This record gives sequence, structure tokens and C-alpha cells, in this order.
Amino acid sequence: MSSLSKAFTSSIGRKFVMGLTGLFLISFLVVHVSINALIFLNDSGETFNVAADFMGHNIVIRIMEIGLFAGIILHIVQAIMLTAQNNAARPEKYAYNKPQANSTWYSRSMGLLGTLILMFLVLHLYHFWWPTKVAVYTHQEHNTFQNIVMIFQELWVVVIYVLGVISLGYHLLHGFQSSFQTMGWNHKKWTPVVKTVGVWFSIIVPIIFALMPISIYLGWIS
Amino acid sequence: MSTGNMNLTLQVWRQKNSKSAGKLVDYKLSDISPDMSFLEMFDVLNEQLINKGEEPVVFDHDCREGICGMCSMFINGQPHGPKDLVTTCQLHMRSFKDGDTIVVEPWRAKAFPVIKDLAVDRSAFDRIIASGGFVSVNTGNAQDANALPIPKAKADAAFEAAACIGCGACVATCKNASAMLFVSAKVSQLALLPQGQPERYRRVQSMVAQMDEEGFGNCTNTGACEAECPKGISLENIARMNRDYLSAKFISEEEV
Repeated sequence: MSSLSKAFTSSIGRKFVMGLTGLFLISFLVVHVSINALIFLNDSGETFNVAADFMGHNIVIRIMEIGLFAGIILHIVQAIMLTAQNNAARPEKYAYNKPQANSTWYSRSMGLLGTLILMFLVLHLYHFWWPTKVAVYTHQEHNTFQNIVMIFQELWVVVIYVLGVISLGYHLLHGFQSSFQTMGWNHKKWTPVVKTVGVWFSIIVPIIFALMPISIYLGWIS
Repeated sequence: MSTGNMNLTLQVWRQKNSKSAGKLVDYKLSDISPDMSFLEMFDVLNEQLINKGEEPVVFDHDCREGICGMCSMFINGQPHGPKDLVTTCQLHMRSFKDGDTIVVEPWRAKAFPVIKDLAVDRSAFDRIIASGGFVSVNTGNAQDANALPIPKAKADAAFEAAACIGCGACVATCKNASAMLFVSAKVSQLALLPQGQPERYRRVQSMVAQMDEEGFGNCTNTGACEAECPKGISLENIARMNRDYLSAKFISEEEV
């Protein structure tokens, strides 16, 4: 194996891919939350639908969408391979362990949180991504805002979405700063900035996402 | 010195050898002095076991001064017990209460097989060092101390990394049994100094390759290793190793 391909299969190499795809997915969240926040203009989705139509039809965005799915899959595949190695590294568990003495529960539960996010993502794609794709390929008019309002009439859907973004928040709370550490970007001046930005990002973005189903269910936005 | 006044229940991992299965065995101890070190308390237990004609508990220890890195007990769910920045030999019974039950297990990692009872084989660490954790120097007279100017902050960081005693507490406590803190300390202590530069990128690639080969897990940045390290080795070393490794793999043209 050449040095370069070994770089991607070593422990640090796989972690590098995890961190890089993680940061890429974080950049996607910025775009996603910004566009969706247009519903808060409360103009019956007029502005939001213009943006949604652009995202659904623009060729550049649609090519980037393939990259996004590739990023998600790579992130998941690496996570599975790393976790398998980690489990194999300790065949016999401790009879008595006290992990809460030295680390946070969410930093130790990235796999569980990621699985919850994936389960949420499947439902989320079924709700919003799939109908948009069908409309694009059958050349039909699709009112994305109307679809959102319709789906968030059910309480259980709203509850699942809120739980989904809470999982995302905790995943980010560890993942944001952790990806910088994995890249080797640890710096006396910048690491405190990264950690602070990471915490606020992990709180603010999920709250904005959670407010969308909540405000539609409560009729604040229509 | 106060006299013995503590009564304790110990649950100690007993395992015949690396092949056999082990189990926790209960031992009652009475009249333990709070001034005893944790290992002295084990000496008392072993005296009693020998007097009764039973096998004493095997555990690693050497200097008993907190500097050699031989002692290695996983005490009540934490390597080297509940105190920060101490090794098991420097842990004293006053850190426990009369009537306590204390669970003592060996380091658990595939790369650290149990030899017997609480002693594990840490030669995987030696093989990682042998793969690149050194500098090649010419023999002859020692250089004048200040012949090579080194910035104070760099020298301090190198010294802090060099404080690693290789006990393996980082591996023991890591949820993935990862050796990243140990290896990064051994990479950093040389990468920070001018003497370490000629072999810097070759070294980091060889040591990480050997670390992977030994079957340690991968780092998930939980920070448990830094919190439990008796020498306070910083996570900054792990970032430095990641940085050097990625630079070596993607930028350096030297094949390792």
C-alpha cells in the first residue's frame, strides 16, 4: 500500500476523514438553517418557496447535493469501522468503571447520538426531500411551504423533530470542537474561540430548527 | 503516625494467566492505617494470604515514589484511584473511608494482556518507542548547554511532554483503549526540540503505524486520558501528533 492510501486507513487517517466530513456537514447546517429560517418572515412562505425552488432546481446545488450525501455516507462508514476497532481494543470490560469522573456523557455517546440523528434523518428525507424530488422529476408544481405546514400538524411528528434536533445539538457539542482537535488545530489563542463558537453553534442552530415545527404546530406561522 | 483503624472490603481481580478467565474475589482487611499507601495496604493483604498458605496477589510496582510508571491498578473505576495527578503508589488510604468497599482491577486492553492478577504486559509501549521514539546523535563530548538556542516556551512544553512515565493509565481509562496520549507525548517531547527535527516526520509515521499494529483503539477526544494522567500530560500533544502525522502523510515526500 502506498504511503498516501495508508494515510486514509490508519487510525489518525480515518479520524481525519471523520473530522473533515463532520466540518463539511456543519457547513451544510448553516445553509439549511438559514434558508429554512425564511419561514419566520411569516409571509405565507412566499420568500421561503423562492429559495426552496432555487435549491431544488439549480444545477450547482443539485451536484453539491450528491457531495452532501457522499459526506454523510463517508461519515457513517468511517464511524462504523472506527467503532468496530474500538470495541475490539477492549475485549474484556471493567466490572466497575466510573467514566463520569473524567468525561462528558455526550462525548462518549457519539455513536448513539449519531444513530438517533440517522433515524430522524430517514423520516426527515421522507417528509421533505422525497416529495421535492418527485415534483422536480415529474415537472410538477410543488409548494414546499404548504408541505411543511401540513406535516407539522401532527403532535408526534413535532415531538420527533424536537428530539432529533436535541440529539443533533449534543452530537455537535462534542463534534464541533473535536473535529478541530483531530485536524491538529489546537492553538493557545484559537482553541478557546473554537470551543466557545462550538458551544453556541450547538445550542443556537438546534433551537432555530426546533422552533420551526413548534411555531407551525402552534399556529404562529401559517 | 496514627495506628490502624480502618476496616475495608477489597474486591480484587484474580486471574491465573493470560489464557484463563479471571474473577473478582472478596477480601476483608482490618486495622489498616490511613497513612499507608495503597500498595502498602496490598502488602498487608499479601502477608495475610501467605500466612494462610494462599497465593499472594500479583501487582506491578517498583520505585513507589510516583516516578517509574510501574504501578497500574484500576481502583473503583479509575486508573490510579480517585485522586488527581497521583500514581497508585502515592495514593494513601486516607483517601478512603472506614468500611469502604474498593474494587481493584487490572488495566483492560487487548494490547495489554493480563500476565497474572493485576499485572499486565505493557511491552506494546516499548515496541512503539523502539519504532521511532528516539533521536540519532553522534557520540563524543556533550555539547555546551546553550550551544543550541531553544525558546523557553518550547523547552517547557517538551519537558511537560517528557514527564510521561508510560504507566498506561490513558489506555486503561479511554473508552476505546486508545494509546494516543502516550504516543503523542513521546512524539512531542522530540518534535518540539531542534535535536528531534531530522527524524520528526519519519518518527511520527512509524510510531503511529506501530500503535495501530498493537491493536489500541482510536481517539474520540473525550479527554478522559488527560483527566486521569498522573503526570498531567495535555491533549495539546495529541493535536500536535495529528498535525505532524497529517503533514507527514500528505506533504512530506519521504515514504515510510
